[in-house]
Amino acid sequence: MNPDRAIRIRGLVKEYKKGVPVLKGIDLDISGDGITAIIGPSGTGKSTLIRCINRLIDPTAGEILFQGQDLAKLKGIELREARRRIGMVFQEYNLVERLSVMENVLTGRLGYVSSFNAWLRRFPKEDIAEAFNLLDAVGLGNFVNQRADSLSGGQRQRVGIARAIMQRPEILLADEPTSSLDPKTSVEIMELMAEMAGRRNIPVIVNIHNVELAKRFCQRMIGMTGGKVVFNGTPSELTEANLKEIYGAGEGDKGWLE
Amino acid sequence: MTVAVARVAFKPNWSARIAWVVLAIYVVWAAGQLDFTWSRFVDGLSNAQKFLGRMFPPNFSTEKVEMIVKGLTESIQIAIIASIVGIALSLPIGLMAARNLMPSWVVWPARALIAVCRSFHEVVIAIIFVKAVGFGAIAGIGALVVGSIGFISKLFAEAIEEISPKQVEAVRATGAGFFSVLVYGVMPQVFSRFLGFASYTFDSNLRHSTMIGIVGAGGIGGSLFSAFQRFDYDFVCAILLSIIGLIIIAEWFSNYVRALFNDNLALVDYFRNRRNARLTREKSAAMGAS
Repeated sequence: MNPDRAIRIRGLVKEYKKGVPVLKGIDLDISGDGITAIIGPSGTGKSTLIRCINRLIDPTAGEILFQGQDLAKLKGIELREARRRIGMVFQEYNLVERLSVMENVLTGRLGYVSSFNAWLRRFPKEDIAEAFNLLDAVGLGNFVNQRADSLSGGQRQRVGIARAIMQRPEILLADEPTSSLDPKTSVEIMELMAEMAGRRNIPVIVNIHNVELAKRFCQRMIGMTGGKVVFNGTPSELTEANLKEIYGAGEGDKGWLE
Repeated sequence: MTVAVARVAFKPNWSARIAWVVLAIYVVWAAGQLDFTWSRFVDGLSNAQKFLGRMFPPNFSTEKVEMIVKGLTESIQIAIIASIVGIALSLPIGLMAARNLMPSWVVWPARALIAVCRSFHEVVIAIIFVKAVGFGAIAGIGALVVGSIGFISKLFAEAIEEISPKQVEAVRATGAGFFSVLVYGVMPQVFSRFLGFASYTFDSNLRHSTMIGIVGAGGIGGSLFSAFQRFDYDFVCAILLSIIGLIIIAEWFSNYVRALFNDNLALVDYFRNRRNARLTREKSAAMGAS
């Protein structure tokens, strides 16, 4: 158990346009272990929620408590230091295409190395050794010096996972990590992420479209619709009725179409 | 029963047609105003014949060659120094002018500076510098630095504004500071384009550096201008041929530099690739013929 890696969200609101909230007051406790899936239709604010945690998006109101800090209020150096402890895996991998695989993985250490040393590629020896180990672990040990844009989608996401783990994060966020991949590769990527995070005791929060995949890999599922949390339970507790509520099939329920 | 309606597949655009006609009429009228006529051109041809006749053979006597070499060397030095200083200054100015990275209170002063640098032709700036700091290469260098800043900073800022925000976002998410985000998230995306702009700037600085001498800002242009004034046309021809030779060599050189940085080619590879490309071209041409 990792109570110090739990996240507590209170009254989280995000408005991109004034008066049109995407997140309508989220209250959520995410335990500090295992994998938590967030499911829900497109446009319901799953990505926004996850990006509020590492502040790629600034929330309009509310609190995000993590290790005694309110992430929603952090600024400057404090925010950067909090981000170092939060790894992220992206839907479209977001590798820096013209950098090599090794350089992309070492990007995970940029929060700890001075810009000048990073520019000269002077990383600590143990970081480089760990990067090699991680690349071996994700099966890309022979691709170290290749440019990221020469890799396939599945390979790129493996680099993305290695980059996030390279941060030695205390929590891992994943925003639709398998949505750009074929079904077989999706399963492999979820397996890899579960294994890498599980072995290091890193809790994972993952946005995911594929409910079956979520049930298979996650210990807890959160259902969102229309900017609100409507389900929070284990995969076995998730019923057909819950799914209908989440994906908005009911009569007179405009749900996420609003 | 349905009523047959005549349907038009391509709707005529009358306003565009009228605009073309107006433009054609204006061009003919303006040409008349400026005495831009065939008979005027034919009248001038006898002059051209005399001029061209006196240009050949070009005068490459030892004394003249010494002057050309001295002038060209100065032009090259002006171009190299101005390019390097201009490129070095353009990098931060271009970054500051990129709206997707910088707050507007940084962007607008940077953009204003670029706009001022771009307002005048290099020769005009050279005149200002000659008046300000006196005759010689320093005025030329100053003028070309200003011109380079206007050119590269603007294109560089535009290149930065077109980068993929996703790659930047991922670097930022690791907790990297601003300069690390620049070095890892932004520069890799724009560096090859920046090199392209820089080598193009060097090309054009070289050409400008042969011209700014006309207003006294150093380089071969001074010799060229005085040769014209002395009706020393065979020397003019020699200078022009030398400039052409210089520009061709510079063109080749900047192509090589770009290839070197973009693909990490060694000099040997560069020649090998050119040879391979030529062989492929010849082969496909031969196959097309058979």
